[in-house]
Amino acid sequence: MVKAVFVQILAILLAFVTGAIVLSLTGYSPTLAYSAMYRGAFGNMYSIGQTLAKATPITFTALAFLFAFKSGLFNIGAEGQLIIGAMASAVVGISFNGLPAPAHIALALLAGAVAGGLWGFIPAFLRAKYGAHEVITTMMLSYVAIYLTSYMVNYPLKAPGWVAQTVPIPESARLPRILSPSQLSASLYLVVLLVVLTEYVLRRTVLGFELRATGLNPDAAENAGINVNRGMILALVISGAIAGLGGSGEILGVHRRFIDGFSPGYGWDGLAVALVGGLNPVGAFFAAILFGALRSGGMVMTRVTGVPLDIVFLLQALVILFVAAPKMIRTLLKRSGLKWLGS
Amino acid sequence: MVSAVVMRGVTKTFPGVVANDHVDFSAETGEIHGLLGENGAGKTVLMSILYGLYRFDEGAIIIDGEEVEVDSPSTAMRLGIGMVHQHFMLVPSLTVAENIILGREPIKNGVFLDTERMLRDVGEFCDKYRLDVDLEAPVHTLSVGVQQRVEILKALYRGADVLILDEPTAVLTPQEVDELFKAIRALREEGKTVIFISHKLREVLAICDRVTVLKKGRVVGTVDASETDQGRLAEMMVGREVVYTFDKDYCEAGEPVLVVEGLEALDDRNLQALRGVELEVCASEILGIAGVEGNGQTELIETLMGLRKPTAGKILLNDSEITTLPPGERIRAGISHVPEDRHKRGIVSDFSVMENLILGSHRNTEFTQWGQVLDLAKASSYSDKLIEDYSIDTPSKKTLARNLSGGNQQRLVVAREFSREPKLIIAAQPTRGLDVGATEYVRRKLLEMRDQGCAVLLLSADLDEIWAISDRIAVIYEGRIVATRDPKETSEQELGLLMAGGRDD
Amino acid sequence: MVGIIDIINVGLFAAALRMATPIAYASLGGIFSERVGVMNIGLEGMMLLSAFTGVAVTYYTANPWLGVLGAVLVGGLMGFFHALLTVKFSGDQVVSGAGINLFAMGFTAYMSQVLWGSRGASESVSGLKPISIPILKDLPVIGPILGTHTPLVYIMLLTVVLSYILLFRTPLGLRIRAVGEHPTAADTAGIDVHRVKYICVTLSGMFAGLGGAFMSLGHLSLFTYGMTGGRGFIAMAAMIFGKWMPVGAFGASLLFGFSDALQMRLQSLGLLPPQIILTIPYVLTVAVLSGVVGRAKAPSDYKPYEKG
Repeated sequence: MVKAVFVQILAILLAFVTGAIVLSLTGYSPTLAYSAMYRGAFGNMYSIGQTLAKATPITFTALAFLFAFKSGLFNIGAEGQLIIGAMASAVVGISFNGLPAPAHIALALLAGAVAGGLWGFIPAFLRAKYGAHEVITTMMLSYVAIYLTSYMVNYPLKAPGWVAQTVPIPESARLPRILSPSQLSASLYLVVLLVVLTEYVLRRTVLGFELRATGLNPDAAENAGINVNRGMILALVISGAIAGLGGSGEILGVHRRFIDGFSPGYGWDGLAVALVGGLNPVGAFFAAILFGALRSGGMVMTRVTGVPLDIVFLLQALVILFVAAPKMIRTLLKRSGLKWLGS
Repeated sequence: MVSAVVMRGVTKTFPGVVANDHVDFSAETGEIHGLLGENGAGKTVLMSILYGLYRFDEGAIIIDGEEVEVDSPSTAMRLGIGMVHQHFMLVPSLTVAENIILGREPIKNGVFLDTERMLRDVGEFCDKYRLDVDLEAPVHTLSVGVQQRVEILKALYRGADVLILDEPTAVLTPQEVDELFKAIRALREEGKTVIFISHKLREVLAICDRVTVLKKGRVVGTVDASETDQGRLAEMMVGREVVYTFDKDYCEAGEPVLVVEGLEALDDRNLQALRGVELEVCASEILGIAGVEGNGQTELIETLMGLRKPTAGKILLNDSEITTLPPGERIRAGISHVPEDRHKRGIVSDFSVMENLILGSHRNTEFTQWGQVLDLAKASSYSDKLIEDYSIDTPSKKTLARNLSGGNQQRLVVAREFSREPKLIIAAQPTRGLDVGATEYVRRKLLEMRDQGCAVLLLSADLDEIWAISDRIAVIYEGRIVATRDPKETSEQELGLLMAGGRDD
Repeated sequence: MVGIIDIINVGLFAAALRMATPIAYASLGGIFSERVGVMNIGLEGMMLLSAFTGVAVTYYTANPWLGVLGAVLVGGLMGFFHALLTVKFSGDQVVSGAGINLFAMGFTAYMSQVLWGSRGASESVSGLKPISIPILKDLPVIGPILGTHTPLVYIMLLTVVLSYILLFRTPLGLRIRAVGEHPTAADTAGIDVHRVKYICVTLSGMFAGLGGAFMSLGHLSLFTYGMTGGRGFIAMAAMIFGKWMPVGAFGASLLFGFSDALQMRLQSLGLLPPQIILTIPYVLTVAVLSGVVGRAKAPSDYKPYEKG
């Protein structure tokens, strides 16, 4: 366990070292860039709020990825589920004007979960019924979601003005802010609750037991009377619903309206964060804070030092690649003489 | 004269197991040398080392008088060593000829595969060894016996002078075995050395010139086949007199528990696998189903468990029809299943022993609170009891099942399935890969369950096993039950003939 | 008013062939990778990196052919890296591929700003010039469709044929098929399974590299942010649709290319909102994968091969 965490941390360090090399080669100072990034991420309460605000949607998508993964499925379409969920929440937020706040928020969240779940149901159904590989279908449906919502905010739901966005949602549908003026909202509480819930469902419930059995050995699960197809569909629906809720949180808590292209790839971040977090919910939460810090700190870094923000995405990709093959890290460790860690 | 193969002091350990312990082995040119031992005695490991699939920890290999380094199968082939594995190493979609030349392809114009030369060369080869096969047929269309012939040709084509056959008869009918033995003798005439791995005494005595016996990774001895007999070989193999007949009490069979009528089903390739199976298993009875592998046994089990949809027919359990019930409800109706491949269907390797023990019963009210939450305390005490009752050797109930030995994994499956108070047990190859002790344990347990009134359907490729504990024996051939016999009134010859599709008259 | 009939002309078919070219290259790449049991969802990123490299090299050397060479080398390098991670270190194929895609996105956007000061687009470079095939270009109908293209289109057609020959007429092809279908059998036949996998996955990246080079040098003559736009994924669908056969995948690529070309023209007519038309390839891909147009089974399972 300690070793596993060590390998993850080493992968992160390696990514930062590689990033530093790229920065130096392209004429920037890694120390300046990284320290600006650190200050931007954790320097004061505002920046901590911003970091947590960025970490929140990534935790949602990480939980979504993780839930499906534990059930033996690759849901790499959390991006689309998040966006569809966001749109559904925005629509409910706008149309049910006049509802009392708690009911309005609950309804909007529910809409997001249902829409995301539906977006997860399609690939699940196609996998169960026709054997269509979910890796490709979830990804393709992400693109469909992006274009579909883009159509909606460009045509039927477009608010007056040049920007492709909806009108703002009323106060009654807004999640309260925490650590104002940062963008952190009560969506954070929701995701922390989901972290605990996911852990509990997977570890302690009959459903979680069956899903994990299915993920680890579908043939044995089937033989034990577990309905594998039903489990598969349920897993992706829940996974999609979690991602959808993440989208709701962004709309109801951060943007307060649906803006075309509001997600800078939270879905892919979720995959990375789930892996860096060692494929368990709590680990994912901490990894999400790291990635959130990269994003919020990255913006400050760009403003202060002029380093292009994309170095942040490069760093994230490098973390994934190093985490992808723990055997590689172990081999590197062995070669460098740290034998006991490599075993 | 120098020996064709000498292995000296070969030791090979795997984590936790010594597979070969200072093994000395030699085979002469032009002899058929038997390598005899129980499952897990280290026969296959020893020969895999000779063939370059494994590397020994210490020892030496001497081929034709010269010490050599065998680091890969290609090196082994260059040294004239060929091996036919238990699981065939043939690429299903490629043709016979392509499989034979794979890795040493004839080339024309520098880059292209020379198909004509390929067919000519391989054809000449078949003629030379009088092994007849259709060279342009894709391998997946061939019968098992023919595929084995292709494997032998493949090894010979690669210039094998020493041919290792790993349990070659396991998948053959008695008649196909005769064919194989003829071919092996013909190879001896050609001056080839054949190493014949087996755990079947009778076969080893029938075909081999000399026999080396392995037990728990060590050599017990090497003897001339003409100077020994089954009893003595058996004693060397297991270290004590083997009980040929398993003493069991007679038990009065009760009412029919499982009734199968006209059951038909397709296999994974959508070919007819079951062609109208008729079966009846009664309470307090073990019905053994004998048959060569691949005659519909797997499909029969899966259809009975609800893992495969029948295309026709009926399945009745205690007079109520279960033909369309899903697996979960069949389990609740009282069917237990010891699967033929425990890794595939029996256990979840990355689940703990405890999780594996409640798998399938996990929805029982016994293990849940409010129907949806697992009661870990109850699951835990239940696991402790089963681990104790079935002597599962595990460091703790939290140990992952993958870390148990094969025998203990099987005990785990047996413990889980037998503790559900089943009305019917479907046991498929329940002792495959187990040592003598574990085998005896599982068989005793099956008899115990029978004595308690359980109906048992036993499927095994091992005729001795069927023989040992069945109250009635049914023979399955090409998806049909072709005969049912009382073990006291039949002979091994008769069953062998039935298994090979001989007429029942 | 311009009607649907008016946009179906030889120009549409010529455009379809152009749009099909990058998809066909990448789908050939997919075939070589999947035939040895390595799923390559990193095709998208490999194309993007190569598209960038092509433009960057051309920018500094003013020679687009050196750009193509650079693109192919970088594609091959990424393929090799994917093989290293998944074959040697048994890393997860989906994760490695996703990592490569994100890496490509971040790296090209970052470098684009470093080199040209703009995240959106590079400066224009002199791309590959179209060539006309004598005789062919003068034929009626076929001439306007096939007669004049950048060389990479013709090289693609050649590559389809060569891939077929390589897979089904050469010893290496036999070994590739054996490695994918039954690695243990190939191993015991003395074939170096890992080596064959390395070769094929590297080749896969090189093909994706050609596809990327076509996009930036053969089509636009500049690099734009995320310019591959999911074509790597569509290529995977083409590969599946074509049942992992080079000619089949080429046919599927033509179909997707055609729908791409058609949507651009439909868009110009303003009949449908562009966003709706843009979903067509993805919806079609999902339909193909769901077996609406015939079921397809992969030639291998996607497991790393570990020697016993």
